[in-house]
Amino acid sequence: MEKLISEFSVGLFFWQTLLFLTLLFLLRKYAWKPTLDAVNERERSIEEALEQAEQARNELKNLKESNNALLNEAREERDVLMKEARTMKNEIINEAKNKAKEDAEKIITSAREEIKNEKNKAIEELKNQVADFSFEIAEKVIAQKLNDADKQNEMVTSALNEINFN
Amino acid sequence: MMRDKICFFLITLTLVLAPFFGGASEVNEHGADSVSLRDEIKQDILHHLQDAHDFHLFTDEETGTHVSMPLPIILLDDGLQVFMSSAFHHGESVAESNGNFYFLHHNHIYKTDAEGTLNYDDNHHITNASPLDFSITKSVFSVIVFSLILFLLFKALGDSYKNGLVARGIGKFLEPLVIFVRDEIAVPNIGKKHYRKYMSYLLTVFVFIWFINLAGLTPLGINVTGNIAVTFALAIMTFLITQLTAKGYYWKHIFWMPGVPVPMKIILAPIELLGVFIKPFALMIRLYANISAGHIVLMSLIGLLFIFNNWFARGAFLGLTLFLSIIELLVAFLQAYIFTMLTALYFGFAVEEHDEHH
Repeated sequence: MEKLISEFSVGLFFWQTLLFLTLLFLLRKYAWKPTLDAVNERERSIEEALEQAEQARNELKNLKESNNALLNEAREERDVLMKEARTMKNEIINEAKNKAKEDAEKIITSAREEIKNEKNKAIEELKNQVADFSFEIAEKVIAQKLNDADKQNEMVTSALNEINFN
Repeated sequence: MMRDKICFFLITLTLVLAPFFGGASEVNEHGADSVSLRDEIKQDILHHLQDAHDFHLFTDEETGTHVSMPLPIILLDDGLQVFMSSAFHHGESVAESNGNFYFLHHNHIYKTDAEGTLNYDDNHHITNASPLDFSITKSVFSVIVFSLILFLLFKALGDSYKNGLVARGIGKFLEPLVIFVRDEIAVPNIGKKHYRKYMSYLLTVFVFIWFINLAGLTPLGINVTGNIAVTFALAIMTFLITQLTAKGYYWKHIFWMPGVPVPMKIILAPIELLGVFIKPFALMIRLYANISAGHIVLMSLIGLLFIFNNWFARGAFLGLTLFLSIIELLVAFLQAYIFTMLTALYFGFAVEEHDEHH
């Protein structure tokens, strides 16, 4: 210890302190500050770039997911639409069928009625004609009655032959 | 990749081999008997551990010439006395400056008369006055040179971000050091909230100690962090920054420890207060002792290479020296790491907030 104190050189201590402080301030200005600034800035920019990449990756993932969701939605909607269309088609067809059936029935009914009416009309006409013919024959029979019995028969037969039931 | 590996290998090899040549140049050319050789090695080691007033490279024993670089001497004595250390002629002659005479004895400058007479007391201590010595010594010179190198290297790193956020050139090699200090030292010990304001100090302390430790392993034979004044200067800065940036909870923790009974609070307060000073003191001693010990061990082993006249022993000590040199490379880093880590830990205590505690 005594040797250490006797060895202690004030001059060396003075110069060491002075030179070291000079070196400290020079290096701080010209070396440490630019170096630490650059290194920190570099690390910050790397961190930022990584974060951005991660963000972009997430965004891409989200985009893909939303795309898929959209696609699925569209697909479902299409299915629903198709189903609806199919039901509607069936409904329309059935309706049309029913309507056609009804129409046909209506036509048939009206046709039947008309036929019936025509038939009745024809029968009426026939009746009237038969009555007319009967009167004609009766006239002719009455006209020849006085002449001959044979001739009466003959006349009735010919009259009957003349009647055409058309 | 391959080129990097080769570069790394060459650097490592240079650093590993460095202490050899560094040591060898100081203990070479001794053919005398082993006792005086042993003393010489001892003197060399002691000499190496001390700071010096010139940058000594080697000595030619046969001609007695020292090859060294003179450094400026600055003394605070009757005003400022400035002259070159070459005036001392390696402690062999008296230097004169403005009518004052100085003599260099064991790396210490004493004020003397014109003949350089040293007066001793009964305990064989020199009684001459010694002026306040602010000389650019070998350690100060090394600190200047390595601070300059550090500044240029790390300025290149700072400048390399001018064209974007990626380091270029030498910055690619230096940037991991900055990130290491931030992620392994500052953030875990101080916390994400407060670490930024301490980063400049932590980084500077870390690279300064590491580089100056590594410089101590080169053939230049410098020993900066093995000087108590240097480690004291570093530790006191840690101490001051800790106390000056400390928040309320730090002081409460020292003087009125929360969560313990009142008598314990009273007993703990002086202990905690003592701890405030012991922590930086331990920082100072740890760095000083580790680096000094490393230098002593390496130089002793190199010295043993010259003491043994046996090729087997020399081979064994060569291997051991090589091994310890690698260990010292690790220690150079480890001590820088520990100093910075503990500094960050103390800063962490200073800014600790109540909810983070226990």
